Amino acid sequence: MKPVHILLVDDEEPFVAAMVKRLAHRGYTVSHAFSGKAALALLREEPAIEVVILDVKMPGMDGIETLQEIKRQFPLVEVVMLTGHATVESAIEGMKLGAFDYLMKPCDIDVLLTKVQGAADKKRLHEEKIEEARIREITGRMV
Amino acid sequence: MQSGQGKPLAETSLTEEYYRRRMRNMAMTVILVSIAPLLLVTGVILYQFGHAYRAKVNDHLVELVQKHRQNIDNFLYQRLGDIRVLAKTYPYTELRKEAFLQERLGILQRVHGPVFVDLGVIDAEGIQTAYAGPFKLTGADYSGAPWFRSAMENRLFVSDVFLGLRKHPHFIVSVRDRWEDRPWILRATVDFVSFNSLVETIRMGKTGFAFILNRDGECQTKPYLDIAPDSISFEELLQEGKPSRDGARILEKDDPEGRKILYVAAPLKEGEWFLLFRQESRDAYANLVDTQKITLAIILAGILGIVTTAVVISRRLVSRVARADYEREMMNEQMVEAGKLASVGELAAGIAHEINNPVAIMVEEAGWIEDLLGEEEFREGKNLDEFHRALEQIRNQGRRCKTITHKLLSFARKTDSRVEQVQVNDVVEEMVSLSAQRAKYGNVVINTTLADNLPEIRASTSELQQVFLNLMNNALDAMEKKGGSIDIITQKDENCITIYVADNGPGIPRANLDRVFDPFFTTKPVGKGTGLGLSICYGIVKKMGGDISVRSVVNMGTTFRIRIPIADQPLQEASSLTPSTTPSAGADERDSRKGDSP
Repeated sequence: MKPVHILLVDDEEPFVAAMVKRLAHRGYTVSHAFSGKAALALLREEPAIEVVILDVKMPGMDGIETLQEIKRQFPLVEVVMLTGHATVESAIEGMKLGAFDYLMKPCDIDVLLTKVQGAADKKRLHEEKIEEARIREITGRMV
Repeated sequence: MQSGQGKPLAETSLTEEYYRRRMRNMAMTVILVSIAPLLLVTGVILYQFGHAYRAKVNDHLVELVQKHRQNIDNFLYQRLGDIRVLAKTYPYTELRKEAFLQERLGILQRVHGPVFVDLGVIDAEGIQTAYAGPFKLTGADYSGAPWFRSAMENRLFVSDVFLGLRKHPHFIVSVRDRWEDRPWILRATVDFVSFNSLVETIRMGKTGFAFILNRDGECQTKPYLDIAPDSISFEELLQEGKPSRDGARILEKDDPEGRKILYVAAPLKEGEWFLLFRQESRDAYANLVDTQKITLAIILAGILGIVTTAVVISRRLVSRVARADYEREMMNEQMVEAGKLASVGELAAGIAHEINNPVAIMVEEAGWIEDLLGEEEFREGKNLDEFHRALEQIRNQGRRCKTITHKLLSFARKTDSRVEQVQVNDVVEEMVSLSAQRAKYGNVVINTTLADNLPEIRASTSELQQVFLNLMNNALDAMEKKGGSIDIITQKDENCITIYVADNGPGIPRANLDRVFDPFFTTKPVGKGTGLGLSICYGIVKKMGGDISVRSVVNMGTTFRIRIPIADQPLQEASSLTPSTTPSAGADERDSRKGDSP
């Protein structure tokens, strides 16, 4: 199966650096951004990105705003929220806005990966369905 | 909280002194304000009454004395009149005959009784030429007697009382006339006893009586009681006596024994004598004195009553004030405590948040090292196991940091605090079942006594869970070694639900009891407790408007009591607040709470 393409968004550069290395080590394709704006720009450039790991608390455009933008511009991309305990409420808010799940920092990489995989599966299933629908539509037209 | 128990002694005694002073001031004010008008009014009334009463008594006495003066004057003038008639009616020549004189005396005595003792006719040389009476005084020579000279000078004359030749008190009335250009005198002796009886009958009270005083201060009648010769003098009466009607005078003076004596005098016999009424003031004004005594007694009783009441009332008042002050102080302390906890909470939240990120990075880096260790080149390293152990330790410690920061954050009350209708019994049962496994291993029995009439309260379920879980975990920790039992009791009191969580573990030493709710206070070994569990409980219960308190006896056990007020109105928008959380999120959250408690 094609490795999941992940975009990691967090303002903590050392955290991003470590995570990128660990995820890449596990065979994932990883992009990263240090702000919401950069993340959106990257998503436009890289249509292959399937799952975004998004920190809730960031300076400037915060996680929730970024999530809203992502869902508006790229409805198929799945988002996993990453949060400190204090922002569980914003994580819940995020889920209401369409995030796939949330995790509390510091998190176990295996748990994270399970969720990422889940998100990717959901996205792919979604895409498949869209594909099928499209095929059905086309074949229907042919018939 | 439990503060206020260990107050310094010095401060307590200082406030005691302060309250004593306040009580004294209050009592003094009440006493002054009550007694001053009482004394003033009583004084004025008593003075006015005394004044009026004295005036009335004096008036009465003057009246009495005047009436008797009239009587006595009349008596004297009548006697003078009697012998004047005699002298005018019969010629000198007739009267010189002793037999005739004897006859006249007889008639006078028949008419007036034994008032006239004898009669005598005296010539210009003072020789008594004729005499009728019980004594043999014919030919007696009166030329040297003082009364004779006065009698020769006045046409009508009444002498003072004197002993005379017969050595017996008497006085003389005389009429002077002329015969052949030579003066002669008809005189009569008035019986002292019958004269005396005129005055003797004047009596008042126990000490009031009357007598007659002449210019030389000699008594002309026999006083009812012995009086000292110089106790009162004629001049004194004239000069110091307060003038009243018709020449009467009133004088009040001390007698030699120090008693106040009241004198009322009226002039007699053209001002030569005084009819003098004498009475002890105490006797004369007996009613007034009685009234004064009664008033004084009433005032004394009143003052006693006022003082007692003032002292009692002010003592009661001040003790109430003291209690109120103490309560207010306690309240202040609690406010300060609550404020301290709140600021500590905010600080803790900040710290937790700041620490979270570096810890996350450290854990990730450790994870990265572990990832790399899995590669070929390190497989054969002789310290590989040691690396793995160290990395595992870093991960564990990172998890521990996470636990601590999460606890700190929940202490800052930024947890899921959605308020809903909660049945406390359900929460208790849920938490008991959660702890059941741990209790079994610890050889602890959990008993629950739940009241079945508990109303639902408005609270956050997760917060309540946290409170009970923390308390039960603490109890279980405390009884880890020896086992024991935990009793959880819920009951409905007036306006609140009371929950007791009681264990029979080792108890909390008194020194620590005050501090158990302070954040970061723990007696557990390093790494076992954060010291936040009870602070969190405290914060949560306070936020619900309830209170939590602890009682503990070393070696007997510890009881926590929680009181939560009963909701007065039903929850209106329960649904609008409940977000649709996925099961995984809920489970995750609960798991974090279930973690090791302080």
